[in-house]
Amino acid sequence: MAQKPLQFRLNGAEKAVFVEDGANLLDVLRRSVGDLTAKRGCAQGGCGACTVLIDGVPGLSCLTLAETVEGRSVATAGGLPGDGSHPLQEAFMAHFAAQCGFCTPGMLMAATALLESTPHPDRDQVVHALSGNICRCTGYEPIIAAVLEVAGEGGGGRS
Amino acid sequence: MTIHRGRGFASINYPIGMNLGGDPSQALVHSSPDGKFAIALSSIDLGQGMKSVTRQIAAETLGVPVEDVYVDTADSDTGPHCMGSFASRGTHRVGNAVIVAAKEARAIMLEAAAEELEVNADDLETDGRGNIHLRGAPDRSITTGDACQAAQFRHGKTVAGRGIFLIPLSEVEPETGEMTPVSCYAHAALVADVMVDDETGEVTVEQVNSAYEVGRAINPRLVEQQLVGGAWMGLSHALYETTEPRYPDRSHGPVDFSQYTMPGPGDIARHDIAILERPAPDGPFGGKGPGEMCANPIMPAIANAVFNAVGVRVTALPITPEKVLRGLKANGGARPGPRR
Repeated sequence: MAQKPLQFRLNGAEKAVFVEDGANLLDVLRRSVGDLTAKRGCAQGGCGACTVLIDGVPGLSCLTLAETVEGRSVATAGGLPGDGSHPLQEAFMAHFAAQCGFCTPGMLMAATALLESTPHPDRDQVVHALSGNICRCTGYEPIIAAVLEVAGEGGGGRS
Repeated sequence: MTIHRGRGFASINYPIGMNLGGDPSQALVHSSPDGKFAIALSSIDLGQGMKSVTRQIAAETLGVPVEDVYVDTADSDTGPHCMGSFASRGTHRVGNAVIVAAKEARAIMLEAAAEELEVNADDLETDGRGNIHLRGAPDRSITTGDACQAAQFRHGKTVAGRGIFLIPLSEVEPETGEMTPVSCYAHAALVADVMVDDETGEVTVEQVNSAYEVGRAINPRLVEQQLVGGAWMGLSHALYETTEPRYPDRSHGPVDFSQYTMPGPGDIARHDIAILERPAPDGPFGGKGPGEMCANPIMPAIANAVFNAVGVRVTALPITPEKVLRGLKANGGARPGPRR
């Protein structure tokens, strides 16, 4: 298959890779760029584990044609601080909002997008924002509580 | 269309571990020269908290800060044997093995400290903050790090311990069929309040109230996390998830999330939990294990609540709208039970 050059910003850094025609963004992130934070859960848009932000808007990287992010900005959980000091990361830890952790990067990105656009969401808005992400372990309540804590503490949009 | 409310109750008596040819787990403990301890296990932590709980148990037994303990559960090739993370056995079996191993290592550490302090090891105690001191004389002390260094560099001893905990195979008594498959049981009782729509057959769980008796809650936040998450998984099995086909046969069964109903954060029920502690005599610090038990009682409780709401007894999970509607049709309509 033909290879095409692709340039985009990943978590603020310029990336330039060659991608195959039809490659999806998730595979490009994981295989070509080496960012393994977006997870391959169902590969059909049903689980949300691959959620990334494309120009600040949450999207399913498994269903996103890689070529469509040419010149755009992509954010993954890999762009969050490695020491876990982001308010959302701290709230997730304080509320035990992860068990196996597979859904966590997608949850963090969905929550990040919500708090950027709606710094003080109510519970219904949090539930709606997370409704594309499924979790086997936590029962969702700890995740909802973590996002609400950040929303209440002065709100999002301050990262 | 009428919304019918119903309440259902279920309780369970849950065995900790299993009885297949004996149920052992092993642990190995050793110190590094800086007085920190590594615990080697083959037991798997898949998010339930095995590493956290065994770390706490090891630190408490050794008498060192929890920060000084590292638990490695990485590799069943190189680690000591474990039967596995299932049957709610981890805290109980592995925790007990860790205690045995940590006691052996602690004794060697205290012997080294006694030699350094020129006292009897029986007269030493640990403060849990990294110090070993003479009982009644806190100024006669040595750090756990210095004691471990002395053992290695002056006394030529390994501060290490081996632990195994085994519940032996219980044979079935041929005459009576009796056996003793496990050594302790955890318990739970749960009340589910539901709404059933008699036009659509949909069941919504409004509120869950539960009490779980887990022995000692060694890490209360982890226990709560397990119970919240596990009950939700049980709710999901009760109402939504199945690999069974609905129409017309097995070849039409779900193969992915577009067909397998996996509810999201909008489908959860409020759940208030009371955690009761009745320490198990043979549990590590009394711990049993919430494990699988957290997912179990909610399923019969919801089934009972649906029966209470509309008089439909669904005997195969999940309780889908289709099954409720078929039951309503067979009964000639909703037959609400007494409010309770």
